[in-house]
Amino acid sequence: MADLTPFEKHERRKAWAFVLPTIIWTLVFFVAPFALMLVISLWQRIGTQIVKTWNFDNYVNFFARAHVVEGLLNSLEITLIVTVISVMLAYPLAWIIAEKVPHRWQRLALILAILPFWTSYVVRSYAWLLVLAQNGVVNRTLMGLGVIDEPLALVATRSATVIGFVHFFVMLLTLTIYANLSQLSPNYRRAAADLGANPLQILIHVILPLTVPGIMVGAFLTFVLCIGDYITPQILGGNQELVLPQIIMLQIGRRADFPTASALSIILMLVVTAAYLLSARWLKLERA
Amino acid sequence: MSRPALSTVASALYLAALYGFIFLPVAVLVLFSFQDGRFPIPPFEGPTLKWYAAVFADGKLVAALVNSLLVALISSAAACMLGFTAAYGLARHKLPAVELQRAIITAPLTVSYLIIGLGLLIAFNTLGMPRSLLTVGIGHAVINTPLCFAIIYSQLGAHQVNIERAARDLGANDWQVMTLVTAPMLAPAVLASYALSVTFSWDEFIIAFLLSRFDVTLPVEIWSLLRSGLNPKTNAVGSVVFLISIVVVLGLELAVFARTAKK
Repeated sequence: MADLTPFEKHERRKAWAFVLPTIIWTLVFFVAPFALMLVISLWQRIGTQIVKTWNFDNYVNFFARAHVVEGLLNSLEITLIVTVISVMLAYPLAWIIAEKVPHRWQRLALILAILPFWTSYVVRSYAWLLVLAQNGVVNRTLMGLGVIDEPLALVATRSATVIGFVHFFVMLLTLTIYANLSQLSPNYRRAAADLGANPLQILIHVILPLTVPGIMVGAFLTFVLCIGDYITPQILGGNQELVLPQIIMLQIGRRADFPTASALSIILMLVVTAAYLLSARWLKLERA
Repeated sequence: MSRPALSTVASALYLAALYGFIFLPVAVLVLFSFQDGRFPIPPFEGPTLKWYAAVFADGKLVAALVNSLLVALISSAAACMLGFTAAYGLARHKLPAVELQRAIITAPLTVSYLIIGLGLLIAFNTLGMPRSLLTVGIGHAVINTPLCFAIIYSQLGAHQVNIERAARDLGANDWQVMTLVTAPMLAPAVLASYALSVTFSWDEFIIAFLLSRFDVTLPVEIWSLLRSGLNPKTNAVGSVVFLISIVVVLGLELAVFARTAKK
């Protein structure tokens, strides 16, 4: 530090002038609010007052309240189901676009495959509500075909939540898996074919193992976005089976219980962190 | 020869099925926004534009639409500026603790919007700052700054350094180098990050819901429409929201990627 020339010191001051506003912005509007949330999660809401108690009651109570633990389990179950189904649906789609669609149409095919991605969560969930409603398109079609006599109760169920989520994450995963597939050198496939592998063997023994990092990045993104989402379960799942974000929103909206809401949010973050640590060795988030 | 043909047919069927699944809700949404009846469910009773007229005659929806546009355009400009300057400073200068600084700037990407919104709500409450479009804009700039930073930083390669040095040798000062040389070279990345920010802010619900009060953004207004159940008017406003996002994204696709493809 001390052996910097005056010129270097001057240069360094200029560099700080570029970087510091953003650092300060992030510290003020992201790090500080989060620290405040940590502090408040140790307080208590008693009656209508927030009391500065400094204990871990909100965290201990988490495990004492059955409906909250159930909410976390619902969140984890739904997220895992959604992640697995989405990967299984998206992988073949990405593979077909990368391998079977002629090269000059691939970009268009991909843009089309993710077009509804650009609707807001609220509008997309409402659209699924229309599709799955009692007299909606799905029930009318199935009844018209004579598959069912009575309309299926699809809305306000876990299935509706899963369908809404899978729809979104199939698009996201198709994008990440396609990006991964299109970066693979065709030489791998040629070499395997020269050695006598058929297309299915090439896919299973060569392509699939090479794209595990891409799958893991996408699966992790799916996990994070899915477990933190309030909108899709609220609109499509209804109030029968709450997930953790719905319980957090209930604390804020109905009860203005910020200490409990903060503690639940921090538990939600810890779950995401655990998922990150579990999948970290497959995740390579590097500068391009 | 029957085997490749079979796999091609299977691929085509799979493609059709998945595209059908992906487009089903959007198609139903848009189709029944033209429903000439009281409910947006089958059968389709013939086209009408009356629900679009109802949307644009609804003062609250139009106000929310304008609010959303303002918040999206202004907060994204702030996010883009903050992302660009930080990326420029970190990529072009040797500073201590670069890893830590990058980690701080990109940290909001790893936290769910609900938690960011709740943290800001608590902070603004503590400061006694009333909820408004300003607080929504701050929230959206918080989530979009790391996105802009990451996109622009990834495009600040070493190959542009020599061009910047040449400009300096020719007498340009730092400000001129950044605005006249670096920024134009990075225009595609900056534009892409701005357009992405705009669509994310435009579509964002939970932060806007937590941080707004009297003036709300469009997704929040649509949320309150949902309480009245299925209604073709909601279809119409949802279609408008979708259309605007698509225009931004396709505009970006044409403006940026058509240009990079030519190079």
